[in-house]
Amino acid sequence: MARYGQNAGAIEALVRNTEVHRDVYVDPEIFDLEMEHLFPNSWIYVGHASQLAKPGDFITATIGRQPVMASRHNDGSIHVFYNRCPHKGVKIASEPCGNTGKFFRCPYHAWSFKTDGSLLAIPLKKGYENTGFGDAKANEGLSRIKNVKIYRDFIFARLNDTGLSFEDYFGESLSTIDNMVDRSPEGKLAVMAAPIRYMHTCNWKMLVENQTDTCHPMVAHESSAGTAVKVWKREQGDATETPMAVQLYGPFMSPYEFYEQSGIRIWPNGHGHTGVANSIHSNYSDIDGYLGQMVAAYGEHRAHEILGEVRHNTVYFPNIMVKGAVQILRNFIPIAVDKTLVESWVYRLVGAPDKLYERALMYNRFINAPTSIVGHDDLEMYERAQEGLKSNGNQWVNLQRLYEAGEEPDATAVINGTSERQMRNQFHAWAKFMTMDMDKQVEAAE
Amino acid sequence: MITEKEIIDFIYREAELLDTMQWQAWLDLFHAEGRYWMPMEWQQQDPVLQPSLMYEDLLLLKVRVERLAGERTFSQKPKSRCHHLLQAPQIVACDAAAGLFKAKTSYIYTETRGDLLERFSGWASHDLVQVGDILKIKLKRVDLVNFDAPFGNIQLFM
Repeated sequence: MARYGQNAGAIEALVRNTEVHRDVYVDPEIFDLEMEHLFPNSWIYVGHASQLAKPGDFITATIGRQPVMASRHNDGSIHVFYNRCPHKGVKIASEPCGNTGKFFRCPYHAWSFKTDGSLLAIPLKKGYENTGFGDAKANEGLSRIKNVKIYRDFIFARLNDTGLSFEDYFGESLSTIDNMVDRSPEGKLAVMAAPIRYMHTCNWKMLVENQTDTCHPMVAHESSAGTAVKVWKREQGDATETPMAVQLYGPFMSPYEFYEQSGIRIWPNGHGHTGVANSIHSNYSDIDGYLGQMVAAYGEHRAHEILGEVRHNTVYFPNIMVKGAVQILRNFIPIAVDKTLVESWVYRLVGAPDKLYERALMYNRFINAPTSIVGHDDLEMYERAQEGLKSNGNQWVNLQRLYEAGEEPDATAVINGTSERQMRNQFHAWAKFMTMDMDKQVEAAE
Repeated sequence: MITEKEIIDFIYREAELLDTMQWQAWLDLFHAEGRYWMPMEWQQQDPVLQPSLMYEDLLLLKVRVERLAGERTFSQKPKSRCHHLLQAPQIVACDAAAGLFKAKTSYIYTETRGDLLERFSGWASHDLVQVGDILKIKLKRVDLVNFDAPFGNIQLFM
């Protein structure tokens, strides 16, 4: 029974000041509405310009559940389209990435398109003469997504024609992407390889919330990080230097007080990050030669300013998380109400020592892989929540930690690092972007 | 003198230890500098500067094994079990003079936990070294046929 469609009030009622109704995680109708409204109203990450280095290069992605693709045209411009042939709907690109040459060619009837999406040729074109084809939607070629922004090589798109501008949507939160890019002595990142992919049988929002949940690492990850610390203490012998692996695992066991003082910063529209004053990434060993490169590129003061900013997890609402200090982006791709594909990308800092890339790759497989002992316990928690939320005993999920009466929505603030306010911030944005185009659609239907 | 049969027996013995969850005895098969590598690319060459699912030394393997027995290892409640179905190992090298003992073994691996059962196919490559009279694992490499697919939890060892 449809309860929520075109019912903005019912959706808004799912989000209270300090709790959210379980339907946001378990109701298939809510999931469908997220795909129809929340994702098209939001700016969604499509890919990185380094994946489109040469003309004819393309990548595929999904926005919500809609297949899209991005390509590099021969004039150097990047275009984002819906990944379907205007003729019969066949997906034009079937691989995650590749080079199509001078044009795309549909494998079904050989309609071809320039790499800016415009229609190039149709076999037996005379069959369309005097049919009015010039006015047909198909004559436009691949349907282009108009609202595309390439910010420091990060490609974002908003499917709906109307909505917040990229700048209004992300605002100051872009400072985390800035910091990640600035960590390259050349101010440039590069995707070198495919992401680690990890299938989760849970709702996508559980993963997003977990990114700023600082009260779980010392509990859920005691078995992995705690054991790593314990085994190293026992086995280290005369070793004076802590191995990179133990440096990565160890800080997960930091006590509550560490997270409390490290702080959380929230921004409007559901964005926010952990690790304001310092973070679990603060105390990694220096990599030989790197600081010298940074000082040469940026000067003493600016280099230290860039490297001194070691934010932990930055959530870009709705569904990515960026770790500037270890150059990782996690994309939480919704598949179904209880199924989420997580793709975790590593960017290489162009011009920086190999060791930094080695560390980022190591972090990614330690934490974000299906073989990750940290990931195992996180996924276990999400799966148990997905199951537990079916119970009718209590239909609300509590997000009350460090709630203060009269919290302003869409505020910028730095708060205690164990607050659940960033989760409240996300759900405020969730209700906003779910419903912002609903009234208008009702009018259109009349 | 290490024979081809000893290499093959070693590989069967290793699978047996994993299937019977004799984790400490399995760790004892590794050389002190041994590695367990699960690549993420087709015919991957570099475990360090290309992404892998696992590339672990003995310290990290010990962490995994100890974690499996931990009281607060929530993803092991209930515990996982595994089964290795091996094709006869192909000897790639059995050269005592050069210290090279290598084999490649096609396998089907099953990991189960609670009501779930997942099945994987791939190839295991063993690089072994002779220490005294016995063989030790210098590198165990497991290449999944679908290394690029998204998996759920893989908690034990292929």
